[in-house]
Amino acid sequence: MSEEQIKNLEAQFEARIARDEKIEPKDWMPEKYRKTHIRQMSQHAHSEIVGMLPEGNWITRAPSLRRKVALLAKVQDEAGHGLYLYSACETLGVSREELYEQLHSGKAKYSSIFNYPTVTWADMGAIGWLVDGAAIINQVPLCNTSYGPYARAMVRVCKEESFHQRQGYEIMIKLANGTAEQKEMAQDALNRWWWPSLMMLGPTDAESIHTEQSMKWKLKRKSNDDLRQQFIDQTVPQAELIGLTIPDPDLKWNEEKGVYDFGEINWDEFWQVVKGHGPMNKERMKARVDAWEEGQWVRDAAMAYAEKKQERKEKRVV
Amino acid sequence: MNNNLYKYILGIADNSLILGQRLGELTGHEPSLETDIACTNISLDLFGQVRSYFQYAAKIAGDQRTEDDIAMLRKEREYVNVLLVEQPNRNFAYTMARQFLFDVYHLLFLQELQKSKDLTLAAIANKSIKEVSYHLRFSTDWIKRLGDGTEESKAKMQDAIDSLWTYTDELFHQTEADKVMVQEGIGVDVTVLKKAYYEKVNAVLEEATLEIPESKWFQKGGKQGIHTEHLGYLLAELQYMQRAYPNMEW
Repeated sequence: MSEEQIKNLEAQFEARIARDEKIEPKDWMPEKYRKTHIRQMSQHAHSEIVGMLPEGNWITRAPSLRRKVALLAKVQDEAGHGLYLYSACETLGVSREELYEQLHSGKAKYSSIFNYPTVTWADMGAIGWLVDGAAIINQVPLCNTSYGPYARAMVRVCKEESFHQRQGYEIMIKLANGTAEQKEMAQDALNRWWWPSLMMLGPTDAESIHTEQSMKWKLKRKSNDDLRQQFIDQTVPQAELIGLTIPDPDLKWNEEKGVYDFGEINWDEFWQVVKGHGPMNKERMKARVDAWEEGQWVRDAAMAYAEKKQERKEKRVV
Repeated sequence: MNNNLYKYILGIADNSLILGQRLGELTGHEPSLETDIACTNISLDLFGQVRSYFQYAAKIAGDQRTEDDIAMLRKEREYVNVLLVEQPNRNFAYTMARQFLFDVYHLLFLQELQKSKDLTLAAIANKSIKEVSYHLRFSTDWIKRLGDGTEESKAKMQDAIDSLWTYTDELFHQTEADKVMVQEGIGVDVTVLKKAYYEKVNAVLEEATLEIPESKWFQKGGKQGIHTEHLGYLLAELQYMQRAYPNMEW
């Protein structure tokens, strides 16, 4: 294809996005668009899968049958989200195995939040409330993103995520209204998850390298800092309502701007965790790699069986 | 309180409780995303059944007991699940063999329980049959895939079946509560399920090109609360929160 032809295609492509038309798998798209989407969607898929581990950690110890059932359902939903998103990725011509390989080799990232440990039951509440809450703020705009398969996956994901978020908040309400011990457990969880949740919304606008391009492709509608502000403004009253304290001495309502001012995020910690030095990075990755390697013989068996079955079927036809 | 009915319900529900707990250990660690979802789903079904049974048991007890007290505050000698379901996951072949050997029994059992004169038990059975039919389809497929897959998977599946076989006969032992409940038309006479059970199991093993174990020596004791050494650890996890933070709502 000549340079001019490509330019022409690119112009048509940009025009379609400007008209809010969805881009579908068979449509022409710039290579950078394809790569960016593979990166973001697979990172999202990986986050769902690695995110099963911190919560899966409490399934066997959930305090009541009702909570255990809800937690199982939630983790199952996350695996389902992973599946949708890997499928959506595959429409861009990359295989799930390649994506796994990128995750296992450390080439692909997943959400930094899942590198924090779940040390008490209250963490199940804090994760639902804060982590899923921050995720929703990030993800709701993606229901309108330009790439059709991603947008459609996100509609389903977001519905379930908001349900999880309510469930998490309900756990926190119960603890905050419970005994002194339970309330302390809830406050401790909020203290530990608050800042990492704010970090989930990404580096500050000044440091965010993908923002400009992502805005153009409608992968992003608001900047990281705007989303973070939205998250804080929405979450602070929820904490107050149940009598918990946000662990930020600089947090203060700004009458003039109509938003909360908040303290400095520890970006050193954020980059440490992103680079693999968070409290649980190694364990999380080991759990995923072990599951994959120890499961190889199972997947091999399934393949061998499917081939035998196909052969037998063909023989019968002959 | 109808003591025999209460004990009878525990005998049914403990199996689902302990098996559900075992499957819950696997979430996030399975060979594929699909099997991960499936085993979590089965665990979820089993715990759903447990809740129905224990809510009913709590009503029969008629005191302050809740479903959670019954599930999590008994001592190790008071759990009456069969030994089969408390066996550890070890590897995927073990997990699937345990599941299959229990699912075949579970479906036969529920098909009979749905005829119970006790309408609550009949209703729970009726709802659970749909779920357990799905469990059985899943575990049967994996017995075939692993048995008739590669040399390695065949050896692993055969080893799992051989090891777990010793726990199958216990499924058909009657407790005193069982006998009374059978007489009253409430309980299922498990002794009559045995023939259909081994026919079904053997047919699947044959199709999976596996050997049917010849062992005639069987372990039992679970129904009397005499368990393997695995159960204590499982209960330590299951009960941790209720023991550490007694009398609280969650």
